[in-house]
Amino acid sequence: MSGSIPVNPVAMAVFIFFFLLVTVVGFFAARWKAGDLTQLHEWGLGGRQFGVVISWFLVGGDFYTAYTVIAVPALVYSVGAYGFFALPYTIIVYPFVFAVMPKLWQIANAKNHITAADYVQGEYGGKWFPAAVALTGIVATMPYIALQLVGMQVVIRGLGVNGELPLVIAFVILALYTYTSGLRAPAMIAFVKDIMICIVVIAAVWLIPAKLGGYGQVFDAADHFFKAKGGATGILLKPTQFTAYASLALGSALAAFMYPHTMTAVLSSSSAATVRKNAIFLPAYTLLLGLIALLGYMAIAAGIHVKSASDVVPALFGTLFPSWFVGFAAAAIAISALVPAAIMSSGAANLFTRNLWRPIVSPDMSSSSEASTAKIVSLVVKFGALLFIVFLPTQYAIDLQLLGGVWILQIFPAIVFSLYTRRLNTPGLFLGWLVGITLGSGLAISQGLKPVFALHLGDATYPLYIGLIALAANIVVTFSISAVTPKRVNDIV
Amino acid sequence: METAHPAGRSWLWLILLIPYIALLWLPFYNDTRPSFAGFPFFYWYQFLWVPLTSLLIYVVYRGLK
Repeated sequence: MSGSIPVNPVAMAVFIFFFLLVTVVGFFAARWKAGDLTQLHEWGLGGRQFGVVISWFLVGGDFYTAYTVIAVPALVYSVGAYGFFALPYTIIVYPFVFAVMPKLWQIANAKNHITAADYVQGEYGGKWFPAAVALTGIVATMPYIALQLVGMQVVIRGLGVNGELPLVIAFVILALYTYTSGLRAPAMIAFVKDIMICIVVIAAVWLIPAKLGGYGQVFDAADHFFKAKGGATGILLKPTQFTAYASLALGSALAAFMYPHTMTAVLSSSSAATVRKNAIFLPAYTLLLGLIALLGYMAIAAGIHVKSASDVVPALFGTLFPSWFVGFAAAAIAISALVPAAIMSSGAANLFTRNLWRPIVSPDMSSSSEASTAKIVSLVVKFGALLFIVFLPTQYAIDLQLLGGVWILQIFPAIVFSLYTRRLNTPGLFLGWLVGITLGSGLAISQGLKPVFALHLGDATYPLYIGLIALAANIVVTFSISAVTPKRVNDIV
Repeated sequence: METAHPAGRSWLWLILLIPYIALLWLPFYNDTRPSFAGFPFFYWYQFLWVPLTSLLIYVVYRGLK
């Protein structure tokens, strides 16, 4: 669907209006709950003062990204039930958040930790393993930011505008207000974003099935479509897909809050109780996500045909909705890219500044030069992602994001197990991390960058998420090496 | 990981494992029937676990207070 769609002036005007609105909000945010933005915990964590409501919008805006809105329905449209693993994933993540993250928040708050690598440094000392944790976070986040751009590109293309210029403009604006306002900008924009997405999704799941003859019809159409298509598709899973589906859901859930952007959103909460309460209320977004996933089936039922599956949502809206609503929906999705992209880039910048630059290059950094370095790095990170998308094939970003998920899962033992046991030490964790990263990357590459590896146990074959296989190896190595090497030194705190 | 909690009512934490069992054991819900409002079982069952999970977390939250 390239170039063939004419630009609709109404849709375009609505889109630009909302985009300008959030730009104003983004710059205004610097003055909100005013703090000294030359300090990194103020710029990068919004001063750790976000209560339940703001945190709810922030985590929701951050975790359910534009790429999700584009990619989940695209996967459901292509393969059916298998694409729904995002639903159990984003349900089972919350009991984990409830049990684990408040504890991490308490320690981070007491010791002024801003990043996951800060925490590891605080627990185990040294600089090389925290640096490895930081590097994992940065490398896993970069392609994620790039994919937010892909999400934005898809909706802009859906409005009939080709070329990279709009993307560049959007990102320059984003870069500027993140630079000035820090985490306060995406926190404030998240309100606008979440409300807009909510309106779009409710309108879509209400009106579209009505036009198509009800949900029964939608599922029937999808069923027929997949039966004709054949292969490992369908509105139910094939028994051979069970372990893949379950392990993708579990592995993604364990990885989700290891990323710098989700970690940042949690650490910016005002208290451990805020984090706990949000674990109760955040699943509300999962309902939205599940409904968004159903858009894939609705597109099938509406007879939408697209060259690239990622165009399915804009194509569906463009076919069934009036142009003002098409513009509104496009703006909602584009703004959904801005919130996570801003938080991801500041999360990566915090890691770089606190856990790579400061310990390795410039140990005598003042706290204000720390904040100014992080601001500049956040710009570099965003432009890196932009260059990536403009000059390299999109598939690279998708492949790297998949690998990033496998990698980020390898810091899980260092972050989560360290909260509960004092038996681990740096050699164990470092070696476990190395084994996990190597094994995970090796398996992923051997599968042609697919997330699932068929594990043979006896006569049976279990396709499993590679990240989880690598994590299992990582855990075994971490505990064995820790058991045979001296205990961690700074034990009595 | 729940056992590390010193609170006396640590069995409460086990409630948090229920959604994992309910959603990761696929043979239990990979079916079209019974359908509900046009949704095959596979779909409405997973949707149902969204509020149920919230509720279970709330129960643990209240119990530990």
